[in-house]
Amino acid sequence: MIFHLPLQYAWDANEEYLFKAMMAFAMRRYSSKSTTQISNVLLCNVTDRVSFWFVVTDSSKNTTTVPGSEVEAAIRMNRNRINSAFLLSDKTLQFLKISTTLSPPVEPSTPVWLIVFGVVLSLIVAGIVFLVVSGIRKHKKKNKESTERENLEEKGEVTITIENGIPCETLDLKAGHVNGVFAADDERFTSL
Amino acid sequence: RQSPGSYSPKPGWRGGGAGLAEHLWAGSSNRTAAHLQDMEKARPLWDNPLQFVFACISYAVGLGNVWRFPYLCQMYGGGGFLIPYVIMLVVEGMPLLYLELAVGQRMRKGSIGAWKIISPYLCGVGVASVVVSFFLSMYYNVINAWAFWYLFHSFQDPLPWATCPLNSNRTGYEEECEKTSSTQYFWYRQTLNISPSLETSGNVQWEQALCLTLAWLVVYLCILRGTASTGKVVYVTASLPYCVLIIYLIRGLTLHGAVNGLIYMFTPKLEQLSNPKTWISAATQIFFSLGLGFGSLIAFASYNDPSNNCERHAIIVSLINSTTSIFASIVTFSIYGFKATFNYESCINKVILLLMNTFDLEEGSLTADNLSEMKDYLMAAHPQEYAQLLPQLKNCSLEAELDTAVQGTGLAFIVYSEAIKNMEVSQLYSVLYFAMLLMLGIGSMLGNIAAILTPLTDSKAITSRFSKEVISGFVCFINCIIGLIFTMEAGNYWFDIFNDYAATLSLLLIVLVETIAVCYIYGLRRFEKDLHTMIGRKLNWYWKTMWAFASPLLIISLFIFYLTDYILTGTLQYQAWDSTQGQLVTRDYPSYALAVIGLLVASSTMCIPLGALLTFIRKRLKRERVSTVA
Repeated sequence: MIFHLPLQYAWDANEEYLFKAMMAFAMRRYSSKSTTQISNVLLCNVTDRVSFWFVVTDSSKNTTTVPGSEVEAAIRMNRNRINSAFLLSDKTLQFLKISTTLSPPVEPSTPVWLIVFGVVLSLIVAGIVFLVVSGIRKHKKKNKESTERENLEEKGEVTITIENGIPCETLDLKAGHVNGVFAADDERFTSL
Repeated sequence: RQSPGSYSPKPGWRGGGAGLAEHLWAGSSNRTAAHLQDMEKARPLWDNPLQFVFACISYAVGLGNVWRFPYLCQMYGGGGFLIPYVIMLVVEGMPLLYLELAVGQRMRKGSIGAWKIISPYLCGVGVASVVVSFFLSMYYNVINAWAFWYLFHSFQDPLPWATCPLNSNRTGYEEECEKTSSTQYFWYRQTLNISPSLETSGNVQWEQALCLTLAWLVVYLCILRGTASTGKVVYVTASLPYCVLIIYLIRGLTLHGAVNGLIYMFTPKLEQLSNPKTWISAATQIFFSLGLGFGSLIAFASYNDPSNNCERHAIIVSLINSTTSIFASIVTFSIYGFKATFNYESCINKVILLLMNTFDLEEGSLTADNLSEMKDYLMAAHPQEYAQLLPQLKNCSLEAELDTAVQGTGLAFIVYSEAIKNMEVSQLYSVLYFAMLLMLGIGSMLGNIAAILTPLTDSKAITSRFSKEVISGFVCFINCIIGLIFTMEAGNYWFDIFNDYAATLSLLLIVLVETIAVCYIYGLRRFEKDLHTMIGRKLNWYWKTMWAFASPLLIISLFIFYLTDYILTGTLQYQAWDSTQGQLVTRDYPSYALAVIGLLVASSTMCIPLGALLTFIRKRLKRERVSTVA
């Protein structure tokens, strides 16, 4: 299996020793046999890239290599430990033929966005209810006062509306304003 | 500056419904003010002129400044685009803005009432404005819903659009996400859940429907009390986007690679000035960016104190709008530069990794600088293996990355979110950015809804039966229900239809009729006199020439250009998302979509002649009735 890795440190014989040790450790953990030694892990074709092939031999049965599937399974089980030993990650330490099973992102039980949505929604609804209720209260107060004023208005349907210098023929009379100044003013003049 | 007979309103006086009739009562200001207070249903006013200015800025400065202007700048000559832009601002933007504000402040009514006063035959113009505003508010709030969606999703670590989701057996990423990027996948699949074409409508997406409902509730809360509530809200919606833009400017300029974007975009390509499309795009951008013709500006100005200096405000608002566009494009270009540099460097790194793996080279032997030489060397040294590798080796180019010009929702939701996910503390920047989009969108929505509600609340027939809160609630409710169409799987295609066709031609016609009406039907001298009475200053010759000649000519030429463009292009097409390829493909609109487009344009433009015709018929009938009686 080819082993690729971009390194932050120089690759030398000590690192190779560490690698062999990690492989032996992985094999021991996987198969629970305490027989795998560092000498069982053989590296070959080491290139500058740092990539190489390696095999694990079984010392109990002479010169036979442990099947690839077993080594694969062992590495898969201990991937984390191997990665951290070399200060690398799944992306930077690549074992060919071992596809990584990607860990799914942590999903909380309720999606986060619903929580935020709920908070904002309740704030907005509270605001609307508050404004509507206070508006209804103000309306009731105004209704009491306006019954007094209705008498004034009924007298004031004045047709002379000179609205901003526009003569009345061009205006539809209903669209004009009731000029309360004229209406109320009649009250203030003393009757003749 | 005080004209004879005018008075300054006493503090606490909030009425103002008698127009300028009070100038007859010179010297009796105390009595007049007291009587006017007795009047029922006095027109509500802004608390101070600052609220009015903020409302106009909040309305005019919208999403178009952020996602349309940078695109135009990039397409039509970079820094050189500023020349036609400023010219159009002076010739078209400021005069038309002043016109609308002056009309609203003078007539003190919404669009329908104001144009009725100018001439009874023009009530159709007001109705057309309301119809266009109605169409706009239907689809515009969906953008706010999307902004809410992204905002709520920004509270996760990592951001959900940063990585692709895994496929079912967890061996790799989702297929669709592999073909495109994770941000595009998040937008097209997880936000819109877009269908492959307009015909396949699909279901309503409940998540988007919830966000849309929330968006409408927010709008309702802001307009519930009319100017009292809107006036407070616009303080926030006008100022918050600037705070965020400044933060982003600082962050954007310090990003790695931002300078590349700025240099590339702003180097003027002056040869684009000879392209007529440049000038037309500048004129169109100024026109639509200010939001003319919707009736919102008339509505806002109608709540003004009559002696308000709307001339100064018009200049301020148009200048602020344009400077915001330029400011936003600096931020956008630095973000572009960062994104393009990031992608370019990732591409280079991928190539380096591939070459190093294949040829087992030592770590650090291949860098970005010596890449091309090493490639030639490897091609010579190991020709066969290199030839095998060739299809996978992409040619990374920084210009190609910078050249991807994006506008609209693509820029706002895809490009920006892609840039944000690569920043440190991405959640904070994401929250800030989508809050800014939300403020811009809500500010514009307030203007649109005001354009619809002001004529409704002006009409005595409606206000006598229903209170203001009920009318606003009804309008919001209807819009929300219709807006659910845009939350369906094919909703984004309908959104594009509305975005491209609902307002463009109609607005040009509306503003053209408005300008001609004020200048020639109402009379420029009469209007000048009214303004002099209102503001106390004589009208400058600049405004008069622009209103009478320059702006109408410009709008007519724009109108002719758009008509010929629509006629010449033949079949209309749209961009549909193909999930199998992971990119957009062009399709033709089906016939019923074309019918809807025709209906959209016709329903607003036909209001103008229909209104004139109806008034004519009504007058005829009245005259006949009067003559028979006499």
